Amino acid sequence: MSTVTTTADGTGTADRSRAAVRHLLARVGRYVFLCLVLAFFALPLLWLATAPFDDTPTIGTSLPDFTLDNFRTLLDNPYAMTSLVNSVWLAGGTAVLVVTFAALAAYALSRVRVPGRDALLYGLLLLSSIVTGTATMVPLFELAFRLHLIDSRLGVILILTGGLLPAAIFILKDFMDATPTSYEESARVFGASPLQIMRHIVVPVVRPGLATVGVWAVANVWGNFLVPFLLLRGPDKAPAAVIMYTLYTEGGQADLRLLSTFSLLYSLPVALMFVFVSSRYGFRFHGGIKR
Amino acid sequence: MTGASPAPDAAGLGRARAAGFLVPSMVLILLFLVVPAAWTIYLGVTNYRLTGLAAANPEIVGLDNYTRALTDERFRTSLLLTLQFVLGSAVIGQAGLGFAIAFALRDRRGPLRRVVEAFILLSWILPSSVVAFLWIALLDRDAGTLNGLLGTPGMAWLLDHPMLSIIIFNTWRGTAFSMMLYAAALENVPRSHLETARLAGASTWQQLRDVVFPRIRGHVLTNLLLISLWTFNDFTPFLITAGGPEQRSEVLAVYVYKVALSGGELGFGAAISFIMLLINLVIALIYLRMLGRRKERA
Repeated sequence: MSTVTTTADGTGTADRSRAAVRHLLARVGRYVFLCLVLAFFALPLLWLATAPFDDTPTIGTSLPDFTLDNFRTLLDNPYAMTSLVNSVWLAGGTAVLVVTFAALAAYALSRVRVPGRDALLYGLLLLSSIVTGTATMVPLFELAFRLHLIDSRLGVILILTGGLLPAAIFILKDFMDATPTSYEESARVFGASPLQIMRHIVVPVVRPGLATVGVWAVANVWGNFLVPFLLLRGPDKAPAAVIMYTLYTEGGQADLRLLSTFSLLYSLPVALMFVFVSSRYGFRFHGGIKR
Repeated sequence: MTGASPAPDAAGLGRARAAGFLVPSMVLILLFLVVPAAWTIYLGVTNYRLTGLAAANPEIVGLDNYTRALTDERFRTSLLLTLQFVLGSAVIGQAGLGFAIAFALRDRRGPLRRVVEAFILLSWILPSSVVAFLWIALLDRDAGTLNGLLGTPGMAWLLDHPMLSIIIFNTWRGTAFSMMLYAAALENVPRSHLETARLAGASTWQQLRDVVFPRIRGHVLTNLLLISLWTFNDFTPFLITAGGPEQRSEVLAVYVYKVALSGGELGFGAAISFIMLLINLVIALIYLRMLGRRKERA
């Protein structure tokens, strides 16, 4: 009897220690995995942190001989700074149009029973997810040509706005649906017109939604390469996305001083915007928004 | 998602003005989403070209462009490469790695988690022409960081393994989305269930199969469809390999650009565009049907 108990106890301890070993191995494995993941994601980015400050930047990553002189090449290149200004125009213009038009549309759809509203929203969402710049570059190019929007910044802004609007209306309608209508009702009792109500009551209440859509639109346009690449002809109107590409594809040996400092300067706004948004609001997850 | 509004017309907008509020958006959407989609169908049955005779007087050639595409070796190769690209970088790469990272980080707090997440998100938000160059530099044959690390000087990754390179690149580029989606999904798996399974001696794989996966099945499907759609339409490979060498990394997005806009065959390019639109439509319809069904159940 006693022997049996001992045996049972023995296996129990062995089991427990085996489980402990397995647990330890799992922990170590998980740690190693995360370090590998970190290395994989950080490795390509290191160059962006070292090369701009390196006395003699190379294509490889190395500890820099610290200097800030490289940033002077940005001023020497005729297109570097103007392309960033162009990017600001494109991103700003698109964001303003998207936020304004989407807010008007979302408000109307949220407050008034337009017949077929749900089908409309559904259809718009479907449309914007399948009609991508890549799949319709041929007709977009044709259309821009017919409408004399080739080599026009306005053309790029309008096309990008059209592509972003459905999702923006969708997001903003959710925000509008979630706001109580009592303020609007009392403002109406005091004789405010619908546009006044929109401006003085609705806009302040849904401001976080407007900011979300604005930031999202800026981020989308800032990085967009295809549309300006297709539609803008000369380098004087090209945004940073396109100039970046021409800097490393055209004209023989790439100037790494220019390339590295330009990459950094061009990346900085989106990185800062991301830090700002995530520290202020927390990086909450809105599925399916980034295109 | 498109549920009933909280209240009727509170601001006294009226239908006419509401319609007016909709006009600017609808005009732009009509002009730059609906018209291009419809026009693709028309252009696809013409022999329209960017320059030359057919530019002035395009003729209707019926389904010639489509029969030509389907018998064209280059198109079929491109379709296959696109399939590899989507399966390799989206389904296996982004979804697999994204889930693995979310699962490994699920009960971790603290600096390691924040640093890992920060780098993954950074690779997702930086402009595509910048990250494209970062990868060209990383994989450079002579002085690239990767060859330096591996001790394989002279290895021309982009020339010898162009497809593998852009698949790994796109995995790096897009994993953030899947990671965040699965991190949110894993919050719905009760910790006590995992704990019970672990105490009962279930291996990690068994826990995943029996406890985790049944609860996040909906998220997995959503994730796979969205990233497949995005990867299918991704133009970034053009920025790295431009389809080369010898069209060995020419996914459809790059192919249609080269044929239609570099080569000037707008009619033929439109036919390819229309095929891409149809593929997008199929993926999106499956996705929306699923969303609808989940809403009905909820």
